[in-house]
Amino acid sequence: MKREHSLVQQLRNEHHAATIGVTVLIGVGLGYGVAHLMAGYIAYWGVVSGPFFLTLRVAIPATLIAGVAGVASGYALAKGRFPGRDVLETIGSLPIILPPTVIGFYLLEVLSPGTRVGGFLTRVVGHDLVYNVAGCIVAATVAAFPFCMRAARSAIEGVDPMIEQAARAIGLPNWRVALLVTLPLARRGIAAGLTIGCARALGEYGATLMVGGDINGKTRTLSLAILDSFTTPERNAMLLILVLMAVAAMTGVGLLGRSRT
Amino acid sequence: MTALDVHLTRTIGEFDLDVAFSVESGISVLFGPSGAGKSLTLALVAGLLRPDTGTIAINGHIVTDCASRIFVSTQDRRIGMVFQDGLLLPHRTVLDNVALAVRQSNGRQARRAVARTWLERVGAEAFSERRPGSLSGGQRQRVALARALAGDPALVLLDEPISALDSAVRRELRTLIREVMISSGVPAVLVTHDADEAEELGDVVIGYNDGRVTAMRVVERTNDTGSQSEPFDGTEP
Repeated sequence: MKREHSLVQQLRNEHHAATIGVTVLIGVGLGYGVAHLMAGYIAYWGVVSGPFFLTLRVAIPATLIAGVAGVASGYALAKGRFPGRDVLETIGSLPIILPPTVIGFYLLEVLSPGTRVGGFLTRVVGHDLVYNVAGCIVAATVAAFPFCMRAARSAIEGVDPMIEQAARAIGLPNWRVALLVTLPLARRGIAAGLTIGCARALGEYGATLMVGGDINGKTRTLSLAILDSFTTPERNAMLLILVLMAVAAMTGVGLLGRSRT
Repeated sequence: MTALDVHLTRTIGEFDLDVAFSVESGISVLFGPSGAGKSLTLALVAGLLRPDTGTIAINGHIVTDCASRIFVSTQDRRIGMVFQDGLLLPHRTVLDNVALAVRQSNGRQARRAVARTWLERVGAEAFSERRPGSLSGGQRQRVALARALAGDPALVLLDEPISALDSAVRRELRTLIREVMISSGVPAVLVTHDADEAEELGDVVIGYNDGRVTAMRVVERTNDTGSQSEPFDGTEP
């Protein structure tokens, strides 16, 4: 009986991990595959593949960084009572309402090698951030961050505080309560925020244009390339790839939302 | 040694709690009507809330002393706690829930072995790999009892642990709680508003009413199967 339960549990865990893995594979695979399969468009793969892979190179690290920072900030906002809490939330949410060009302008101000922060980051990274992939990643991270932060905060606030208290009452220190209780119970909301953040990073345009410079073969992501090739046939392949990636991301949220607690 | 020594006041809105009592080993029952301040006392003993004034000592160790600004965190009070609705972690298995509470063993396997032992003692080993959501209320409270004891606590607090269950399961769990608590030797404080439950489970019954201790009585027992006392109404005779 016990062995049977253990096997069922293992299968369920594997199913859960497989769901996420399959979703990611579907997203990347469909994007890659459809670009190839677009009858008549295969000749454009040479044009499309560069922006496609660059978009992944930008969106994946941007989502990871925005996710970690967003969950940490969301946790602090949900649980912390510290001075400047409202200021942190307001500043963190600005990228949602500010025009992307304004964000791009401020990022240029901060990241340019002539500034104190930009000079420091340039020395750390070993090359200029502006007009580089690193700059595109920063722009996409800033765009994705507020979605991750706000979703995490909301999800963490929704966790029953009595369950957290019960965990403390059995001796778990606060950091273990956060890792073993709060975050797992808030995971659906956090996953939704990550997915929307990822979709935002995939489609980032304005700030990326200003910080990255839309350099062909270097910083031209799919959303930039679509505008650049608006009058050419390969735009259809690019549009379809972005749409499929967005559909895969939203399907992922749906699957995670249906996974049992 | 005194298992628990309480002298505290706490005001919440219009309600004033002002209680003082000491209990020894065995099961001490805080008995009184709803809203008398029993569960509030338990939350203050657990460190989930802070009193306005007073002291709390568990096994002779001061864990709260408002005058000296001493407040030991809930995690460091070495308590185990059973809540009315269990409050198990819904995303972890029963075994994980209990193993997380084990403090004295190093290593995951050792902790799980201790957890299994406690699950066996409360008759919950059969569903150790299931999640709390698939258990009945009585099964969940068995697991909650195992979890409370698995951490080698100095004191176990039980906040109306069986009041939400049907009568047949309540009878079953009363017997289980009494047996497990007495055999473990860990002192316990149990909150209830049920007079029969207070008599059956308690070695000492402390009557509560409107935020005050109104009576305190030792329950006479000829053996461990039940009390020989007259029913207690929470007031001094």
